[in-house]
Amino acid sequence: MKFISEYRDPQAVKTGIDRILQTATRKWTIMEICGGQTHALLQYGIDQLLEEKINLLHGPGCPVCVTPLNMIDKAIALAQLPDVIFTSFGDMLRVPGSSQDLISVKARGADIRIVYSPMDALELAKQNPDKQIIFFAVGFETTAPAVAMTVWQAYEQSIPNLQFLVSHVRVPPAIELLLSSPHNTIQGFLAAGHVCTVMGYHEYEPIVKKFKIPIVVTGFEPVDLLQGIYLCVKQLEQGQSKIENPYSRSVIREGNVSARELMQQIFKITDRNWRGIGTIQNSGLKLAENFQHFDAERRFQMNTEPVTDPDICISGLVLQGIHKPDHCPAFGTECTPDHPLGATMVSSEGACAAYYHYRNLAANV
Amino acid sequence: MCLAIPGKILDIHGDEPMSRTAKVDFNGIVKSVHMGYVPEAKPGDWVNVHAGFAITILKEEDAREILDIFQEMVPKDLNES
Amino acid sequence: MSGDSTINPGSCPIPIEKYPHIVMAHGGGGRLTRQLINDMFRSAFSNDLLERDHDSAVINVESGSIAFTTDSFVIHPLFFPGGDIGELAVYGTVNDLSMSGAIPKYISLGLILEEGFAIETLWQIISSIKLASEKCGVSIVTGDTKVVEHGKCDGIYINTTGIGFVPDGLTISPASIKPGDAILLSGDIGRHGISVMAKREGLEFETDLESDCAPLHQAVKALINANLDIHCMRDLTRGGLAAALIELAETSNYSIEINEESIPVCDPVRGACELLGFDPKYVANEGRFIIILPKEQQEKALSILKTIPVSSNTVPIGKTLNTKTSQVVLLNAYGSRRILQLFSGEQLPRIC
Repeated sequence: MKFISEYRDPQAVKTGIDRILQTATRKWTIMEICGGQTHALLQYGIDQLLEEKINLLHGPGCPVCVTPLNMIDKAIALAQLPDVIFTSFGDMLRVPGSSQDLISVKARGADIRIVYSPMDALELAKQNPDKQIIFFAVGFETTAPAVAMTVWQAYEQSIPNLQFLVSHVRVPPAIELLLSSPHNTIQGFLAAGHVCTVMGYHEYEPIVKKFKIPIVVTGFEPVDLLQGIYLCVKQLEQGQSKIENPYSRSVIREGNVSARELMQQIFKITDRNWRGIGTIQNSGLKLAENFQHFDAERRFQMNTEPVTDPDICISGLVLQGIHKPDHCPAFGTECTPDHPLGATMVSSEGACAAYYHYRNLAANV
Repeated sequence: MCLAIPGKILDIHGDEPMSRTAKVDFNGIVKSVHMGYVPEAKPGDWVNVHAGFAITILKEEDAREILDIFQEMVPKDLNES
Repeated sequence: MSGDSTINPGSCPIPIEKYPHIVMAHGGGGRLTRQLINDMFRSAFSNDLLERDHDSAVINVESGSIAFTTDSFVIHPLFFPGGDIGELAVYGTVNDLSMSGAIPKYISLGLILEEGFAIETLWQIISSIKLASEKCGVSIVTGDTKVVEHGKCDGIYINTTGIGFVPDGLTISPASIKPGDAILLSGDIGRHGISVMAKREGLEFETDLESDCAPLHQAVKALINANLDIHCMRDLTRGGLAAALIELAETSNYSIEINEESIPVCDPVRGACELLGFDPKYVANEGRFIIILPKEQQEKALSILKTIPVSSNTVPIGKTLNTKTSQVVLLNAYGSRRILQLFSGEQLPRIC
């Protein structure tokens, strides 16, 4: 498969691993802040192959995991309203709310449908004029343009029965929070290649300047991940801190200008509560004034109280890279993908679920 | 975040840049993709697709460059870095 | 893969002008029920046992063992690229019997029909069942029909039981698995799941891909006729290759090592899995199976299987290990090892 298979070549991967292990003169701690990268690193076992020299932390890069608990509860409440078709990406269906998840609500008869794209929700709205279609708009800046365009089309076509439950989040404020924390051990960052495809990487320039930390825009295939980690290590070895972009086949400094322009029209920046972490200022996107009539929370007057996960769940600390999933006392016992206590065990990109699925000990065999 | 997959544009439909769509081929699977954010894309181009939207046109030269780096690496080079 | 979907079933034998759709009376035991059974089912499946029209079919048994299986089919859509629920019901039952080395012989057919289901559609499915059972050399010898109110089932649900006869001396089961056995896979994975998904609302995509829905009895027969010492076989179904391997490891207690690179996946399945964020190892199949046998017999088994169309692309994918830890270990192309886990439910398409 072009643009995929070449980047998975075993010989290239072996060479890439060896190069990092030879370049690093000590162990370095690097965080990636992207659920897709968490998934890829663990699925291919790259974290294991680099373990000797690289301590890989998995940051809050899974939007499914960081969607606030009360937002899941709002989704569940909306899905159960009469004459509503609730649409969502598949990722969100098993995330536990305070007492249940969307899958169990679907099992009890709610009309909940998985869609591949928010535009599918627009089509459903046109096909079902007697129903209210709600789309659960989660995701980082990679996904926000898809939602923005859908809102725009709904506006242009005056679609009266489509609403959005918006819970988008932004990466740079989360990075700033992590680096400002007294517990911070992060020495280098891999920036999410597809977030940067949309946003570019100019937003990271002040962060690099302020915190003197290397940030490398990284893709998702094994060769891309290894190149990103290598460049990060090389900077660290040489005491440098700058932005590098080896994922240049997809990313330029300004990102996708038309996507950013439409996002700026449709959304405005807001504070957002991140599950397990708390409120991060300016870290979210909500619908701008002119598009407020598409907001499901406003339309249906949702007002659920903020809720927290069970005390035993340390997903917040996992998301900040302070603990590894298998340090959690509930990991693999009370908390498994079958009965998750927190969101990081549900999404396959969540660090806890990824650890459970991929990092299970082969040593016993 | 997140799953954006490379696919090859087969043909493009529509004149309105903001609402153009394309049939994009992903290794034998063809899906309709929104082209609103890649107005300069044309048939034959490869795009990165996320949630039904093309978010960039992939640059083949840059794609080649990173692979060349890996292919040019031989054991002796590692000692020099 | 089936070409049967292109064959014209002929016109429905029941005059459907009066009742083009199933009504409650079709399951009531009265005249409409008799008409359905006699004019549609018995005329389609005609055989001696069915002709006797008893409450049960009485079968003569020679010496040896009987293989006995049951399965239910509730799929949607009823008609998918490369097959339909009728074919699936026959092939699924035949395959379950074949996996213990049995020669499939008799099938029972239990139908639950939704009030309002089109009789013409029922006839298409019955015709499919007829063709599929003729292809496999099995007879439909008994059955039952019930009708439920509109909305209480999804068109049609089918339950089958199957009976086959196991040749003397065969003990093909997980209990026969030994450490160091070779593991073969009869073809590429994921075609059924992806071809069905392509039609699913919200995920539609275009592909020429068809389901791999197919009977495996010919391949099994060839292996047994060659006097190979087959230890175990398992057909892949809903949970994909992953479920089959994990079940075998757990039942036999032996751990299994699989070489990930050797698992064949065709391009469209790969493309769809990349697009939706699926792992092909968990995607459904309906015409593939695993064969576990002594390593020394691997090459002979491969050469035999490659002569049978349904298994012409059989490849070795791994081996059983000496340890009794019931795990499936995946060895990837980069030298990493990890344990294969089951998901708690079906894979859902993801964006991140």
